[in-house]
Amino acid sequence: MITIRGRCVVPGHVEGEALVSHEPISGWGGIDPARGVIIEPRHELFGQCFTGKVLVFPSAKGSSGWSGFFQSTRLLGTAPIAMVFARLSAKSALGAVVTRVPAVTDLDADPCEVIRTGDWVRVDADRGVVQVRQEPPR
Amino acid sequence: MRLTDEEKAMRDGAEGPAVAAAMDLLLRYGAALDCERLCDIRNVAGTMTQPSPVKARLVREGGWNKAFAVINLDSDDDLEIPDMRVPTCQLQHGFGADAAGVVPYPAENIALQGDAEAFYGRRGVSVLATCTPYQVGNIPVLGEHCAWMESSAVVYANSVLGARTNCEGIASTGAASLTGKIPCWGNHRDEGRHGTHLIDVRVPVDDFAEWGMLGYFAGGAVGEERPVIVGDIGRPDLIELKHFGAAAATSGGVEMYHIPGVTPEAPTLEAAFGGAGRAAGARQARETSVTGVPDAIEYGPAERGAVYADLNSQGTSEHVDFVLLGCPHASVEQIRRAAKALDGRRLSPGTELWLMVPRALKDVADRSGYTEVIERAGGRILGDSCPAMSRTAPEGTRVFATDSAKQAHYLPAILGIEAWFGTLDECIHAAVTGRWRGELR
Repeated sequence: MITIRGRCVVPGHVEGEALVSHEPISGWGGIDPARGVIIEPRHELFGQCFTGKVLVFPSAKGSSGWSGFFQSTRLLGTAPIAMVFARLSAKSALGAVVTRVPAVTDLDADPCEVIRTGDWVRVDADRGVVQVRQEPPR
Repeated sequence: MRLTDEEKAMRDGAEGPAVAAAMDLLLRYGAALDCERLCDIRNVAGTMTQPSPVKARLVREGGWNKAFAVINLDSDDDLEIPDMRVPTCQLQHGFGADAAGVVPYPAENIALQGDAEAFYGRRGVSVLATCTPYQVGNIPVLGEHCAWMESSAVVYANSVLGARTNCEGIASTGAASLTGKIPCWGNHRDEGRHGTHLIDVRVPVDDFAEWGMLGYFAGGAVGEERPVIVGDIGRPDLIELKHFGAAAATSGGVEMYHIPGVTPEAPTLEAAFGGAGRAAGARQARETSVTGVPDAIEYGPAERGAVYADLNSQGTSEHVDFVLLGCPHASVEQIRRAAKALDGRRLSPGTELWLMVPRALKDVADRSGYTEVIERAGGRILGDSCPAMSRTAPEGTRVFATDSAKQAHYLPAILGIEAWFGTLDECIHAAVTGRWRGELR
């Protein structure tokens, strides 16, 4: 079990499987809220579903519709269960708030390197702690 | 967060439950940002009227009050939405009644949006209906704190006008419109505005397409940071900076850039990085430590070629069904250029051309005769929206061409169609012949 520490963006705690992006994620024009899927053709996670996953990514990019699109995933039942991101911006901060899922940022290690897709991740946002149980790559 | 007495009173309900809900969202958002205080604003650009399936459902359930509470305030409470506390405008949204029967867009969306305009107009929302409010009368001044969304407008306001806004979202602009407050974070603070990266341009950048490609490169190179552009650049105008910023905000998350000698917070290269030469305190800056200028990132022929290839990587078929101009919304000068290029010509029978504009500027185009020239050629000038916002292209479109780096980036994802990026002349050629013949010259 690896532990990394950061600060709380949105309080709460949850655990689940990680979906890790090494590239920034677009909201508007980057995800389909109806399906909870990344739709940007150039993106490494193109076609992958984040619903029910701990979404780990470096930062938010693109349109200011970012938060609204992630809010829609909550309203449509396709949201991730937590967000762990390396760099905070207004987009990702507001996005995490309106998605209403535990979120952590400013970590003492790069979460996109430490965590791999498929790893089991425990997010304790209240304390800013992220624990990772690494799973063998599938 | 440290709150003023006025802000505490709003939070505690002194101004009613909707304002309290707005303040609650701002406090949750401020905590997420790790921000100490709010700042006063009186210029909001947000979105309330844009139709969506979620919004249609909420309106059916509880009217526009419910839709605003859930989407624009992130509140589950039943709220009565009061007048906007500060000047607030609606950004671009879906197609309006002028597009009915012209574009394949659902009539129920046009009706829903019309209904929304009536509701929000009564509460003091000015329906500018454009991604470029700075083209139609909302031009914040140097140092003015704003709460804007729309990434291309945010980067223009910060960089070209010297106004101060983060790239806000639907809920934060909604909350700002009812409170006149926004977290004093990021671009609102001096230290959040200094350049972080130097980009040295080694190829001539002096027209609309070249500025778009440079912007797309800059966003990819710096991500969410703040590039400072120097080198072989012409003196840019509104439309070139509009394209540059939109592209940089698309490929990265650029909200602020400097061009020394052009943009207002960068009289010199050193000032762009927060060092000596700032309008006030130049002597003080000399005496303390002057912020260093970082090593340059080069934009030369190889980088330019790579950007062009990337923007054209979603195109395989040369049969162009659709040409899209006006992203961000065209200026009057851009409308004139399109009209001039189409004058006396006729679109290929299998190809459509749409030019997206602020509806207020469509009026200028109409009386200047530009609309007639474009329509005689078979093209359309359309207000309020764009194919990306409305998720709408002409029936059966498989391949589109555009002079906008932003639209070339987004439309393949949003509509599942192929994209070609090029100059205005190449796009007009494609519209007239139905064939893409663009190349990097």
